[in-house]
Amino acid sequence: MHWLAKNVALTVGVAILRFMLRAVERRIAARGTRPASDPAERWLAVTVNAAPETVAADPQVRRLQDVPGLKVRLTPAPGGRSTEIAARFTGDALAGRTGPLSRIAGRDPRQPVRRALRNTKSMLETGEVLRTEPTRPRTPGGRFMAALARRSGGEGRL
Amino acid sequence: MKALCWQGVNELGVERVPDPAVLNDQDAIVRVRASATCGSDLHLIGGYIPAMQAGDVLGHEFIGEVVETGPGVRRLGVGDRVVVCSVVACGRCRYCEDGLWSLCDNGNPNSGMGAALWGYETGGLYGYSHATGGFRGSHAEYVRVPFADYGAFPVPDGIDDDAAVFASDAVPTGWMGAELGGVTGGDTVAVWGAGAVGQMAAWSAGQLGAERVIVIDRLRDRLDMAQRHLGVETIDYTATDVGAELRERTGGRGPDVCIEAVGMEAHGTGPQHVYDKVKQLLRLETDRPQAAREAVMACRKGGSVFLLGVFVGLVDKFPLGAVMNKGLTVRGAQQHGQRYIPMLLERMAEGALQTRHLATHTMPLRRGAEAYELFKEKRDGCVRAVLHP
Repeated sequence: MHWLAKNVALTVGVAILRFMLRAVERRIAARGTRPASDPAERWLAVTVNAAPETVAADPQVRRLQDVPGLKVRLTPAPGGRSTEIAARFTGDALAGRTGPLSRIAGRDPRQPVRRALRNTKSMLETGEVLRTEPTRPRTPGGRFMAALARRSGGEGRL
Repeated sequence: MKALCWQGVNELGVERVPDPAVLNDQDAIVRVRASATCGSDLHLIGGYIPAMQAGDVLGHEFIGEVVETGPGVRRLGVGDRVVVCSVVACGRCRYCEDGLWSLCDNGNPNSGMGAALWGYETGGLYGYSHATGGFRGSHAEYVRVPFADYGAFPVPDGIDDDAAVFASDAVPTGWMGAELGGVTGGDTVAVWGAGAVGQMAAWSAGQLGAERVIVIDRLRDRLDMAQRHLGVETIDYTATDVGAELRERTGGRGPDVCIEAVGMEAHGTGPQHVYDKVKQLLRLETDRPQAAREAVMACRKGGSVFLLGVFVGLVDKFPLGAVMNKGLTVRGAQQHGQRYIPMLLERMAEGALQTRHLATHTMPLRRGAEAYELFKEKRDGCVRAVLHP
């Protein structure tokens, strides 16, 4: 019985080791083929409920196009109902300025771009950018919430 | 002006806050005539919905009189008596054009917060946390109404304030649940929750052709009210097994459409309720979905479940297998009120829709905290308390 237990333990041990090795191999292989996931390389985009020529003629869109290091792309949306405005920083415009600390400090250059894209969309669709009433935070939680609210226009998924 | 403010979890008080002003050209300022308590406010008061700030003005279901308009307001005029949809929406983005007003792209200035919670931001809501825009609510003397031409609707003469106020939220919410739930001629519809929204969903189901409507709750006075005013069948879930009762009443099939009008603080019986209470208390799930689970399990094969009750985040033990294997359609939404309010006001004016009975308690604004206590504890048969500034 003793030799049987020894053999079973050996077999299971080898199987576990083989499984772990394969997992490591898979992880290494995946790292080599994974698409670039640097958020700085992603386009930030909104879809505007307006025709491409209207969007292209908009002064705010032109101002965006003039931002140094920012590439802006206008594309008719599928179905011909709207226009996609996408923006992406090129070159090293974002170098060292996109980490979590930059975002918390409000110094990530993509934050004003997100805000500008949203505002441009709102202006084109409604003629105004909606404002919210000022608050008077009076607790630490309230101050935190007010800070989040101030920052939220430049955050979120685009 | 005076306003009923959220001061912290389960703390409310009437405070003096600055008068609202026109901040955008398309704003109107409305003097509030009546503003109703809503079950979804309880989630804010209890701290279950995040992003509240001490001093936030509550209230989103209201009627009032226009006292000022911005230069961009075209359709409304000073002096108009209007019911205002609880959803702030622009009317011109693709979602609004498609009738999905609560998904408006331009109605929520705090877009990043909604995106963090739900993947994409929703439209704005009055008095409903900073995740939905941080707009001041209607339990106040005055309210700023953005995109006023799209969100405020003149009320026909002859409908009193305490009846018309429900056209702001409860009635269109109920109608939406029945319509988008797919109620059609000959259906059997089950509605969880006999509050104002549940009752209005039950009424709407009947209007859309349902042959039988069954309302489920534990509160006898609400069930009696639904039976008396709407002529529907009822089930007291504390007295019977809801699933078995529904199977028996529907020839073993189950309801064609199940409408959940309860939301994230569902009550219930048995170990499931205890389990949800404990998990919510420990913040291991944000919402107690017992009524939603029941609706999914009770619904007939190939049927439809609509979530009208407010949910905010994550739930546990949700019967996803039943959704897939029974081929259910599950939908939900904050109300797309702008799509329905004009039609519903017409029905109210014709006398086809009665809502006055929902306002079981009318109180002055200064007693707002007391009104919510009454409403929360369901004391004295309270279905809705309506506040008058």
